[in-house]
Amino acid sequence: MSYVSDVTALASKDLKVELRARDTLPAMLLFVLSTLVVFRFALPSDTQDDAAYGLLWVAIVFTALLGLSRAWVPEQEHGVLDALVLAPCDRSAIWLGKTLATLLFLLAAQVVALPAFALFFAPLDATAIAGVLLADIGICVVGSLLAAMAAASRARELLLPLLVLPLSIPLVIGGVGAAVSADGERFLLFLALYDAVFAVLSWASFEYVVTE
Amino acid sequence: MSQGEYVAAVYGVVFVVVLVYVAIMAAKLVRLEREMAELLELARRRAATALTDEPVPTA
Amino acid sequence: MGLAVLLALIVAPEDADQGISQRIFYIHVPIALTAYFCFGLGALKALLLLWRGDERYDLESYVAIHQGTIFGSLTLVTGALWAKASWGVWWTWDSNQLVLFLVLFLFYCAYFMLRFSLPEGARRARSSAVYALFGVVLIPVSFLAIRLAEDFIHPTVFTREGPQMSGSMFLTFVVSWSAVTLLAYVLYRVELTGKRIDRDLRELREVLS
Repeated sequence: MSYVSDVTALASKDLKVELRARDTLPAMLLFVLSTLVVFRFALPSDTQDDAAYGLLWVAIVFTALLGLSRAWVPEQEHGVLDALVLAPCDRSAIWLGKTLATLLFLLAAQVVALPAFALFFAPLDATAIAGVLLADIGICVVGSLLAAMAAASRARELLLPLLVLPLSIPLVIGGVGAAVSADGERFLLFLALYDAVFAVLSWASFEYVVTE
Repeated sequence: MSQGEYVAAVYGVVFVVVLVYVAIMAAKLVRLEREMAELLELARRRAATALTDEPVPTA
Repeated sequence: MGLAVLLALIVAPEDADQGISQRIFYIHVPIALTAYFCFGLGALKALLLLWRGDERYDLESYVAIHQGTIFGSLTLVTGALWAKASWGVWWTWDSNQLVLFLVLFLFYCAYFMLRFSLPEGARRARSSAVYALFGVVLIPVSFLAIRLAEDFIHPTVFTREGPQMSGSMFLTFVVSWSAVTLLAYVLYRVELTGKRIDRDLRELREVLS
């Protein structure tokens, strides 16, 4: 019970910080929209829908990276992370709180991005949207852990995409597959598997990454 | 290129990479040896000064 | 070490009845398997580090992954040569193994970036260990993903016409596999010893000066 309240307290703290400072979310929104517009001109005009779905995924991954690279910045700037680690709560709760907050930002960005995509490029069916949701979970789960790792390094903004991109390749395959393939459920199943495996792994290993 | 040449190229690449690796290791070994000699020299000098200095305060 | 190389080079070409490009198989596949093995070893040492908290596993894990990356890039190069020799192209997205190795190669290059940009210490050791563990989980996950991706990237499943291995071919394969594994093991020990001596010397220098 207290674990759940720790997690919600941490996540709502992040949301409050964001609501007050408005650092991340407007940037993510603007980024994903301008990316879609750039892609519109990068594609030849007679492109099939399938190629557009691929570009949607590039936009999603980079937007998530943008959000993740900001994820631990407030903690880093004020040295809060060390204090949080010392606080009498389970350390994995810190990870879960951050994951939830990042996921909410990403979902909020996509509330705008997905209709824009459907308007500009190609329609999205339920399977494709489910694929986006599952991949969002996966990328936030992995990304919030890796962002905590990268936050301790000298080159944090530079390092994070390098760490996250190879791990997000299966997500992109699953997501594009869910949108394009006739047999989309298989890809949704795969994405759910990815989420479960990496959620357990990140949940268990977060403690080792943040403790001194 | 004929198929045989590709086979030769594959084995050649592997051989060259292993060779380069061994060469890097050898260079590293030389560096370690030099550092070791340096430290040994330092330790010897330290021991020599310790020997000559030690009796002075007691005498 | 020299013996292992000689063994791989001399024993492998004893059998060429399937066309000469078949011979690449004897070196490409053992190297690929050894690379997997090294990544697995690195992750195992990483797990031991997290579990037991013993610092020495950090270096062992790092060296194993370093070996794995070297063998992995060799797999990419020999695989590209093999693809050129037997299919006429340098790169094919049809070969699951090659694509998987490309993903792993990117992943482990990022591992080195992570390692070299973190300040030295217990936290770096644990972060690298966690990342190494992610890598070993990523192997089956991305293999599955690449398998799944086949049906929309390339609808007709590519079947490599692998000839059934005869007895002598299998023997050659096993011999060259063990030779490559032995080579990897010797290189691993050499590099590990070198790194340990390096570390000890640095400590000694601090003590003396």
